[in-house]
Amino acid sequence: MTAIDTPSTKNVGITRLRKEDAHLITGQTNWTDNLQLTGMLHVALVRSPMAHAKVTSVDVSAALDQPGVVAAFTGADLADNWAAGLPCAWPVTPDMVSPTHLPIATDEVRYVGDAVAVVVAQSKYQAADAVEFVEVEYEPLPAVVNMEAAIADGSPLADTTLETNKSFTWQKIDGEIDDAFDGAAHITTRRFVNQRLIPTAIEPRSVVCSPPREHAEYTMWSTTQVPHILRLMLALTCGVPEQELRVIAPDVGGGFGSKLNVYAEEALLLVLARKLRKPVKWTETRSEGYQATCHGRDQVQDLSIAFNEDHTIRGLKVELLADMGAYLQLVTPGVPILGAFMFNSIYKMDALSFTCHGIFTNKTPTDAYRGAGRPEATYGIERLIDEAANELGVEPFELREKNWIKHEEFPYTTIAGIEYDSGNYEAATARAKELFDYDGLRAEQVERRASGDPVQLGIGISTFTEMCGLAPSRVLGSLSYGAGGWEHASVRMLPSGKAEVVTGTSPHGQGHVTSWSQIASDALGVPYEDIEVRHGDTAIAHKGMDTYGSRSLVVGGYAVQVACDKVIAKARKVAAHLLEAAEDDLEFDGGTFSVKGSPDVSTTIQDISLAVFAAHDYPEDMEPSLDSDATVDPENFSYPHGTHLCATEVDTETGEVTIRKYVAVDDIGKVINPQIVEGQIHGGLAQGIAQALWEEAVYDEQGNLKTGSLLDYYVPSAADMPHFDLDRTETPATTNPLGVKGVGEAGTIASTPAVINAVVDALRPMGVNDVLMPASPSNVWNAIQAASAGNTDGGAA
Amino acid sequence: MTKVEITVDGTSTEHEVEPRLLLVHYLRDVLGRTGTNVGCDTSNCGACTIHMDGQSVKSCTVLAVQADGSTVDTVEGLADPVEGEAGWHPLQRAFHEEHGLQCGYCTPGMIMASKGLIEDNPNPSEKEIRDGLEGNLCRCTGYQNIVKAVQSAAAEMRGDTKVEVEV
Repeated sequence: MTAIDTPSTKNVGITRLRKEDAHLITGQTNWTDNLQLTGMLHVALVRSPMAHAKVTSVDVSAALDQPGVVAAFTGADLADNWAAGLPCAWPVTPDMVSPTHLPIATDEVRYVGDAVAVVVAQSKYQAADAVEFVEVEYEPLPAVVNMEAAIADGSPLADTTLETNKSFTWQKIDGEIDDAFDGAAHITTRRFVNQRLIPTAIEPRSVVCSPPREHAEYTMWSTTQVPHILRLMLALTCGVPEQELRVIAPDVGGGFGSKLNVYAEEALLLVLARKLRKPVKWTETRSEGYQATCHGRDQVQDLSIAFNEDHTIRGLKVELLADMGAYLQLVTPGVPILGAFMFNSIYKMDALSFTCHGIFTNKTPTDAYRGAGRPEATYGIERLIDEAANELGVEPFELREKNWIKHEEFPYTTIAGIEYDSGNYEAATARAKELFDYDGLRAEQVERRASGDPVQLGIGISTFTEMCGLAPSRVLGSLSYGAGGWEHASVRMLPSGKAEVVTGTSPHGQGHVTSWSQIASDALGVPYEDIEVRHGDTAIAHKGMDTYGSRSLVVGGYAVQVACDKVIAKARKVAAHLLEAAEDDLEFDGGTFSVKGSPDVSTTIQDISLAVFAAHDYPEDMEPSLDSDATVDPENFSYPHGTHLCATEVDTETGEVTIRKYVAVDDIGKVINPQIVEGQIHGGLAQGIAQALWEEAVYDEQGNLKTGSLLDYYVPSAADMPHFDLDRTETPATTNPLGVKGVGEAGTIASTPAVINAVVDALRPMGVNDVLMPASPSNVWNAIQAASAGNTDGGAA
Repeated sequence: MTKVEITVDGTSTEHEVEPRLLLVHYLRDVLGRTGTNVGCDTSNCGACTIHMDGQSVKSCTVLAVQADGSTVDTVEGLADPVEGEAGWHPLQRAFHEEHGLQCGYCTPGMIMASKGLIEDNPNPSEKEIRDGLEGNLCRCTGYQNIVKAVQSAAAEMRGDTKVEVEV
């Protein structure tokens, strides 16, 4: 970044109430499902009720006779419409096995929910009715539902067109791993299960596609986090020229990774709009979405950690089975391999071996879910450190402190080969312990253990870090990802002195309009109220890499800052010209350029905007425009960290777990809007705690999703959630001009191991060394019973 | 088809509807009043919460024909859009000020459920608010700021001097 001036800070760092709220709290919203276009038709899909079967016949003729039905198509009818299958943009290995994924299956279905036909009708009720009249004959095939069974000799195949159930094995070995383990004084080995989750954004997915009208372009509105990626990928999948497709992400009601994809229904609606020349709409029901919208997590982790006599870590071995589900969606295989950089977490070690096997099963595909690979890794290492501390007979904090990177050691290149630019684990931990009353609660725990209280107190620690700001393009290239990690912004100065900021990020609850206004207001010296932020429409924000991976502020906010700096650099030239001064003699503060030492000789950004618009008098060596673009490619990831502490009350007679206290001290670098940051952490905590205590996508042996609706998949309510005590420490990021690190996923990544460590800590005197997630009363009770029978691993092995 | 007469946000409406039409679809698809959202198909999420004859109900669980003759109030009737921020209901203001929403999809239902809660219990404790909103799911906020917003709005609706709410 070019240092021009340091404008006075008026907005960055303070809470500004959100610009986004007014329309959302009054019901004047713009959700995709709100759209009603003239002549619009409604789409419903016929989905497989079987996890794995040959499709021997699909007959839509009776459906076509139903009232209001305009068209109905089988997979075979549409097979010629796809230029390619649905995309996987992350071929992690050259020999990765990836089945062709057509939006509508033709002769084999591979999970419950795989679409086999589509009905188009005048109303959504008519379309839903007609689905019942599509006759499909299936010839059942064995369902593959368990990863270990899937790779055992003689397993049936999840996809009969493939020769294996293994998509890939991806390996990265840093340091001398054999030496690290051969000479170890102590080795702790564990298997942890990171269960399958259903993201459950409260807005169901919805897609509307309109055929060309005034422009020769299709317009698609979709509940997507990634309108730019979607546009390119749909062009490739459906053979529509990219310039003839406009994608709009209007108000989008949460995503959490589940809307970071290119879905069958998006491709299908584009093809239907092309075939029928009518606007078409599809909105999932929640139960349909539970089958057809990507799931998250689903890993089995085999971990070993080797220590020296003095309890310093020698090395870590990680071997993962990662469930891909039936197909590879946009970034499915890339999610677990992010763990290769995160299992070592905040700890120093001499060797790290990471192996990940991607496995196909007859289940809904997995893909990014809040944290995407990093929560799984953090869970594994933070659980493992607690287990090792127990085996070594030391306090879990003591083992962490002995091994973590000291604040004076930053920047620090980890064993995984990435450079952590800044951090202070000591400071965050000290603050967390103080807020939590760590010593007081430990003393109470001792008393209650001694008294044999049937409700035991457990204390859980999570000292986490994560890699955010996805991502340096060269790193993505080295990991075989199909695109870069840059972000784009542009700033348009209007003649009236107001500004439009256009961003390539695509918010769906994160408050970018507010935060980007704060950044731009300070950088341009234009009042916060005079800035409009535009996003989420490829015709307006033509270029972007969208929103996921806690990247928006770190990369997209950075781009806004740089674009604003370019505007000011141009304005400075004009100011110098108008004031008849040298550029170097000008000061810029709060929107005003003035001559050093002569503050009365000045002009404002607003006056300059108007002067440039009139263009009667401007410097000869520039165009009459202040408008500027910036495309920034981050030089590094950012590395937020923090210390989370959780106290649980565990009823040893019923297995019921209650969170008594939760403290989160996060270091996310500089903060733009403290209230928005707090909200991001609250929400992240809720999702991470939900994984620990309540949520799990359960399949039966035939591959039926047993948690197929919100009746059976337990998304916690306000009544379940504890109060959170938050604080922050601040070590600015050194690799972007804002000093920001990202906050979208921190709470989720940190909280799951904090809670489970607390549950296990409560039960440790009973011999329990693990509890399967979710730590439901039955899983906790089973762990207690198993321990009393001599099995201490909670049932994971 | 059956004729229904329903007063929605103060305006009388009259349409011929299928007996199976859900009230929320009557609001959204027949009337085009899309302020009320649908988030599930099992009455768990509460995104569609409205008031019917003064009672907070989930409009995905009521048929339009059951609402015949009723008065229905939705989030869209809480404030006159023409008046802007000045006309906001205390709950709308509190959700804004306390950052009780992120994506905003659950918000119309959350606000209407909170309104019913405060009407039943003008001075709810944190626990009473959490229990009272059990039927409304939010995936973004972790609920803490929603609780704060409801406490703040309840104080304002009782006429208490505005105090900093700590939950």
